[in-house]
Amino acid sequence: MSREEIFHSVRLDESKCKGCTHCIRRCPTEAIRVKGGKARINEERCIDCGECIRTCPNYAKYAQSDPLEAIKEFKYTIALPAPAFYAQFKFTLPLSKVLSGLLKIGFHDVFEVARGAEILAEEIKCYLQRRDIVKPVISSACPAVVRLIEVKFPSLLENLLPLDSPLGVVAKIARLEAMKKGYRPREIGIFFITPCPAKVTEVRQSGDDLARVDGAISMSSVYSRLVNELATIEEVIHSQMAGFRGIGWARSGGEQESLGPGEYMAVDGIHHVIAVLEKIEVGELKEVVYCEAQACVGGCIGGVLAVQNPFIAKVNVNHLLQKYNFYAPIEKTHQAEWRKKGVFLRSKPYEAKEVMRLDRDLHRALEKYQTIEKLVEKLPGLDCGACGSPTCRALAEDIVQEKALEVDCPFLLRNRMVDLAVEMYELASKVPQTMIKEEEGKKVGNQNS
Amino acid sequence: MPEENPLVEMEREIVGGDFQRAGDVSSELKNILQQAGFPAPFNRRVVIASYEAEMNVVIHAYRGIFRVQIYSDRVHIEVDDEGPGIPDLELAFQEGYSTAPPHIREMGFGAGYGLSNMKKCSDRLHIDTRVEEGTRVIMDFFLPSFMKG
Repeated sequence: MSREEIFHSVRLDESKCKGCTHCIRRCPTEAIRVKGGKARINEERCIDCGECIRTCPNYAKYAQSDPLEAIKEFKYTIALPAPAFYAQFKFTLPLSKVLSGLLKIGFHDVFEVARGAEILAEEIKCYLQRRDIVKPVISSACPAVVRLIEVKFPSLLENLLPLDSPLGVVAKIARLEAMKKGYRPREIGIFFITPCPAKVTEVRQSGDDLARVDGAISMSSVYSRLVNELATIEEVIHSQMAGFRGIGWARSGGEQESLGPGEYMAVDGIHHVIAVLEKIEVGELKEVVYCEAQACVGGCIGGVLAVQNPFIAKVNVNHLLQKYNFYAPIEKTHQAEWRKKGVFLRSKPYEAKEVMRLDRDLHRALEKYQTIEKLVEKLPGLDCGACGSPTCRALAEDIVQEKALEVDCPFLLRNRMVDLAVEMYELASKVPQTMIKEEEGKKVGNQNS
Repeated sequence: MPEENPLVEMEREIVGGDFQRAGDVSSELKNILQQAGFPAPFNRRVVIASYEAEMNVVIHAYRGIFRVQIYSDRVHIEVDDEGPGIPDLELAFQEGYSTAPPHIREMGFGAGYGLSNMKKCSDRLHIDTRVEEGTRVIMDFFLPSFMKG
């Protein structure tokens, strides 16, 4: 079903990687090891959050996305700008100009993901009314958080909102509309303008049917093309439909604002998200109905493919919310039709990845756990990363999984060398009997007795 | 139950009133269960119950010892504390009944669902308590039989 099951947008440029250990310690799923002087990403564990891209001092980590030229392969192309895209521009610039600019650089139509968020918000409201939900319901908008839960918190899969992201919703609506205009599915190219690598991965796995998104172009590359065009745009050729409710999704807190009054919470930054998920896992936060969780600090405006500093972008968002303080209600007939066509359904069910388990066999897994415990006691506990694993415990796991050696730890290696030196010294002081001089023989005579 | 040796044992101290580290023991237990490969729904109920037991020590007692034994088909938890004990066990099992002082409840702890949650999540729950001395909570969790082997 999915086009590329194991695809990751976060990549390594080996020529730039110096094998320093900044990234391995920042990775929330301990997916990176330094081997042979280069960082290696474990594809099963990587959640495409982009933390390593942020932290790499050598710009060796990057997010792979599609070039703008990719739209030329299609007869009819639709741009789906993320709400965070609006925040990249000075708030004095009318959004209709930005959208018109997208048509100028080659797209045939624009569907706002922010409008998709408004449509989805109505559906979320309905879902939260249900009695069988497991609280708190966790937002499915951030694909890095969804994958984090699949990898590290599988028991919370039942809390995940079983609805598609604003991107998924608006992509399906855009395709339906284009088909109504008479275009055949293969002629339609739908492109997301993405703030982050996690969304690139979501796009690559979007399936081959109605849910298909044909590419993800980075916000930064569209921005640089658009900036030059903006000055030349006189007439508005595309009006904007999304108001404050949808635009607010650009930053943390926007989801809950679009849902109206209720018990909600918002958490942003992947390490903060982990701390909150741990609380939910032990049964806290049951009074919270909806939990908005975003991997990037500040929400989508904090994505690594954004141009603007996230805090400045936040100022822009706040101004935009005041400026576009309107909401175009969604017609019930439309909502019903979309529901019927499966616009809100996810193309792929959530699944536990179980990459944390040590062995397929439970006995073996627990044996390995005990070996790890013993190794952890032996290791220095400095979590220095010099071995190439993020922590001493991670090295112990790697040793047990036969992916590393004890002597990869420079401290254990040094201990072994000291032992060896002592042994060498002892051996060196043992002289063969034939070589013992009479005088010395008296001194060392007892050594072989 | 036939006596067999646990595959993994863990023993940790819990300090009464230490809200900052409250939950650490249960987190550690969760990681072991996850690494062992127990099914996620099983892990969730073990961890919720273990967290409630841990929090009870933090909220009510002076100190406690948390012991867990992991077998291939079950998890056994014992939490012993030195503390005030539970004067009326039946009442303590009622949802919403709490003896936690107001300042603790204002912080969002001690809502009175601890024992009932432990009962709901565990397959066997036994509580020994002596007023002014302490409480011992014993819980067992059995893996659904189809998961064995």
